[in-house]
Amino acid sequence: MDPKNIWITFPELLIWFPLVAGLVAFVIRKEKTVKQWALLASLITLSISIVSLVYADNTKNFYLNNVSYFWLKYLGSNFSVGLDGMGHMLTALTAISFPVIFIATYKTNYKNANVFYGLMLLTQAGLMGVFSALDLLVFYFFWELAVIPVYFLCSRWGGEKRVQATFKFFIYTFTGSLLMLVGIIYVYMHTMPTPSAPHSFSLNVIYSATLSVAEKNWLFWLFFIAFAIKMPVFPFHTWQPDTYEQAPTSTTMVLSGIMVKMGIFAVIRWILPVFPDAVTKFDNIIIGLSVFGMIYASLIAIKQDDLKRFVAYSSIAHIGLMCAAIFTKTEIGLQGVMIQMFSHGINIIGMWIVVDLIEKQTGTRKISELGGIAHKAPVLTIFLVVIALANIALPLTNAFVGEFMMFSGLFTFNIWFTAFAGLSIILAAVYTLNMVQKVFYGEANSITGNMQDISWNQKLILGVLVVFIFLFGVYPQPILDLTKDTVTAILAKIH
Amino acid sequence: MEIQWYIGLSVALFCTGIVGVLTRRNSIIIFMCIELMLNSVNLLLVAFSKMHAASSVLQSNPNVVSDAQVFVFFIMVVAAAEVSVGLAIIVMLYRNTHSVDVNFLNRLKN
Amino acid sequence: MSNVFQLVWLIPLLPLLGFLINGLGRKQVSKTMAGIIGSGTVLLSFLISLAVFMQLNSGNVPVTSFHYFDFINITALKIGFDFQVDQLSSIFLLIITGVGFLIHVYSTAYMHEEESKDFAKYFAYLNLFVFSMLLLVMGANFVIMFMGWEGVGLCSYLLIGFWFKNTNYNIAAKKAFIMNRIGDLGFLLAVFWLISKVGSVDFHTVFTNVPTLFTSGKITTFDITGITMLLFVGAMGKSAQIPLYTWLPDAMAGPTPVSALIHAATMVTAGIYMIARSNILYTMAPATQCVVAIVGLSTAILAATIALKQNDIKKVLAYSTVSQLGYMFLGLGVGAYTGAVFHVMTHAFFKALLFLGAGSVIHAMSGEQDIRNMGGLKKYMSITHITFLLACLAIAGMPPFSGFFSKDEILAGAYERSPLLWGVGVAGAIMTAFYMFRLYAMTFLGKFRGTHEQEHHVHESPKAMTIPLIILAILSVIGGWIGIPEIFIHGGHKLETFLAPVFAQSNALTEKHPLSHATEYMLMGVSVGAALVALLYAWTKFSKYQKTDTEETGLGKVLANKWYVDELYDAIIVRPVQSIAKYFNTVFEKKGVDGFVNGVGKAVNYGSRQIRLLQSGQVGTYVLMMVLGILIFFIIQLFL
Repeated sequence: MDPKNIWITFPELLIWFPLVAGLVAFVIRKEKTVKQWALLASLITLSISIVSLVYADNTKNFYLNNVSYFWLKYLGSNFSVGLDGMGHMLTALTAISFPVIFIATYKTNYKNANVFYGLMLLTQAGLMGVFSALDLLVFYFFWELAVIPVYFLCSRWGGEKRVQATFKFFIYTFTGSLLMLVGIIYVYMHTMPTPSAPHSFSLNVIYSATLSVAEKNWLFWLFFIAFAIKMPVFPFHTWQPDTYEQAPTSTTMVLSGIMVKMGIFAVIRWILPVFPDAVTKFDNIIIGLSVFGMIYASLIAIKQDDLKRFVAYSSIAHIGLMCAAIFTKTEIGLQGVMIQMFSHGINIIGMWIVVDLIEKQTGTRKISELGGIAHKAPVLTIFLVVIALANIALPLTNAFVGEFMMFSGLFTFNIWFTAFAGLSIILAAVYTLNMVQKVFYGEANSITGNMQDISWNQKLILGVLVVFIFLFGVYPQPILDLTKDTVTAILAKIH
Repeated sequence: MEIQWYIGLSVALFCTGIVGVLTRRNSIIIFMCIELMLNSVNLLLVAFSKMHAASSVLQSNPNVVSDAQVFVFFIMVVAAAEVSVGLAIIVMLYRNTHSVDVNFLNRLKN
Repeated sequence: MSNVFQLVWLIPLLPLLGFLINGLGRKQVSKTMAGIIGSGTVLLSFLISLAVFMQLNSGNVPVTSFHYFDFINITALKIGFDFQVDQLSSIFLLIITGVGFLIHVYSTAYMHEEESKDFAKYFAYLNLFVFSMLLLVMGANFVIMFMGWEGVGLCSYLLIGFWFKNTNYNIAAKKAFIMNRIGDLGFLLAVFWLISKVGSVDFHTVFTNVPTLFTSGKITTFDITGITMLLFVGAMGKSAQIPLYTWLPDAMAGPTPVSALIHAATMVTAGIYMIARSNILYTMAPATQCVVAIVGLSTAILAATIALKQNDIKKVLAYSTVSQLGYMFLGLGVGAYTGAVFHVMTHAFFKALLFLGAGSVIHAMSGEQDIRNMGGLKKYMSITHITFLLACLAIAGMPPFSGFFSKDEILAGAYERSPLLWGVGVAGAIMTAFYMFRLYAMTFLGKFRGTHEQEHHVHESPKAMTIPLIILAILSVIGGWIGIPEIFIHGGHKLETFLAPVFAQSNALTEKHPLSHATEYMLMGVSVGAALVALLYAWTKFSKYQKTDTEETGLGKVLANKWYVDELYDAIIVRPVQSIAKYFNTVFEKKGVDGFVNGVGKAVNYGSRQIRLLQSGQVGTYVLMMVLGILIFFIIQLFL
């Protein structure tokens, strides 16, 4: 491709389109119109993303996927965005998730729907930016752009204790962001001059910042804590169950399906290659924390009575494995993380859709109050069982591939961590099957007695997710091929 | 005259002002004390400017000598504006509380 | 088609198609259609398997694996979606599809009272099971095998909890799945270990490379022992060995044909298949072999003792399955791989027959499963009776029934290793004969002890049920004749010759001390004679059984309560885990981690409340503060 013939690149399209669409949504007054607009916008974003996947090969189509122009010239910050394999994969996940979320919650009515959908689309733009930023300041900018709408979404459309939960969420993430900002500025001050500015935020310049070992060590923690809060990794996780419980379900889907991946993505993009020595130095601590967190969250999940909190804790357990696998710094572990980021997004969104359906129909999320849904809503049950099985990483579902590779990577790092972490495989079966049994099997009671089976649009959406589950469970190679370049580049930076 | 005399006078005026602000409750007196402090600083500024002009560096460039003096005029203008606003506040205060005692001012609400 | 091997991908695909059709269209298909689709797909798979077997049997076909697509392909690791069919898997293919087909046919009658969509769902699950099992035995690497491995666990879960309204059934289903998962973790760890040491999970690569890597010192004895032990943990879960056997008796909650297919004939033998498949690894790890043999033998004995006192017809058979699986592991442990595979085969015939017979009885007795309420069924159900008796003779190891040959081969193998193993094994065989004929006598002989309604209702089962029984009965009788030991007919052990390529590597490594003919006759004589005595004793004692209300006491009570193993697990594993979880949930999470977070918030709140008091609103105070502040600055600046 001749760079001169290209007037806009994929990352720009993926960022600006949802942003503009979101701003437009703010001024649409009619609820139905804004819903349709948001859905249409998200579908267009999805099609852009699909087209971009065709041109994903960076060696052939570099100029379609990368762009950089002056932004804050004398600060040394360029607006440079680009998509590598990992970026393509995660933007695709973002692009898929939003239409799914919009369709699945299409029947839900929101007060001030224009603001709600506007904020959702802004979040999408922010997420796209995070996944494509190649400049640390741009990254930070989008990081905040993605999170700030979520504060409003939670605090205005959430459950009973929404203000409390949002406040907790805000304080947590904001603390992380500020720590990261300090780290960003410090690293920036130690970068080499560029022709136009004394320092630079550019990814490549950041890689070669002159930092002493001691500096790298504490900088590592500044960045890591920010990302660990977002993932979240034990012991920074307590915002998550509260927020997931209180946020409106569609926001929860964004939070758990995609925003969680921001943390993982950021560790891979901004920590591994920048502080490789510190990563090696602290890998034991972090893997230890993650592995402990896995078991810890799994055990707590057994005892949850609220479906949303249940899903939240099971998600913490899965994220723990991903975090641990990143720090094994092995090809197989990192590739596992890549594929699992995608799979986890798909599976957990499916999980939330089912939870939402149950809550809408019965008015409760209490596991102890439900029962016998399998008899009343067999189709819903089949979908749930498939998603639940994917959640416990049964072979031929997408999550198995990721977990298999991550565990395999972890094994080369340390056998005992793997054996301990492996207990979560068993515990996952315990809590998931417990839930399935209590909610879906048994005799129907007065609460579940009037349940209807799901409608066609829900069938369609869950069907799409189930297709993804099996498709990448049987044939995961496309994702592995897509993210290969990222993993190779990062491993080359580390070793 | 030596510079320290000016400093001494200025400090004395300033301290008088501070003590006045700290000890008096009548807002008009306090206001006058603030003016006193302001003017002590003005005095100091002029004195230093004069001293500065005598230094060897600036003698070669006489254009900048009067800069500080000009600043004093600025300060006086601003002070005048401030006095008018301040007095207006005090008048309003008197209308509301029938007193110019600052201790009645500890409540911003109501 | 010149080469039937090109069709092997159809073998698992057909049942998968059956699953999809019956599963997705379960509201549309009629019962007849569901039955035809379910059984038909398996029958087709069986025919292809048979052709494959013929081809393998006819000549020297090189072991081929078929690569379909890359499952995981990265620089460090390549896992293909590969199938491999050799002699070992072809035997299993025949068992799975053959016995599976018969059980499908049987089910069409057995499950006939279910609603139409449940009926279709049942066949969908059954087909899914056959698919998973075929994947398990056809996989050319450990990962594909693991897919089937977990898949069969899933199907077992779904089928045990088939009647999902019953909470107890659900709990049994869950228990089965979780116990299997414990084993699966072991399996997975072994696979990871292999990846980190060998860099491959492909059977062919692993089995050829491990010996060379071992001689070059890249793999130590510790590694091989670790890998084989962990694989064995997987086998413990799947094949119900101590300490993970307790799920299998509970799994009898599922429909009886399921018990026959999954929990007796095929799925539980997956562990044996896996170890037989990786026989070279086990041969290289004598320590593990020893553990396998001991665990197998202890399971055989323990389960046999429990079976002595059970009164539920399916529970007796379940424990007998556990016990027989123990024998198979004994065979694997002592290196008698052929014997173990042989026993898998014969066991599949007679145990499927026993379960189907039991199903026929339960069907006739309108759901009654307690043998104390049966008796005298001989005169009502002659086909069931005869076939059941043949199966009992086979499992008791009476010549010339199939069980005799396979069990004898295992016991002879055990004797080669150590006479003690043989002695304990024979003790187990005696118990087997005893409890099987206790079961037989209490069910079919004596007087009818059920209610009048039941007596009125008792009938022989329909043809769809009895024909599979007859076929299985024939196989139970003659199935052993493909493995007649050398001492009777020279070259009579056709199975050994057939399987020889699979175990060639192991056989080359082990030294054989063939037993003398006299010893072998002696061993056979002792085990058959002792079993015969037990058989006759049980026959005479229990054909006159009268219902009594006396409670079991002493050892009998312990046995009737299964050695209280479930209670023990509950006390040392389930409850501690639950209480740790509760502690984490209510104390550590809420008061510890979250408490700390909220504590920071509270501290800030408290601090600001204190500092707020400084803001008194007194202008004088503010000015004083200001002046003091300036003074402090001056002092610091000038004097410090």
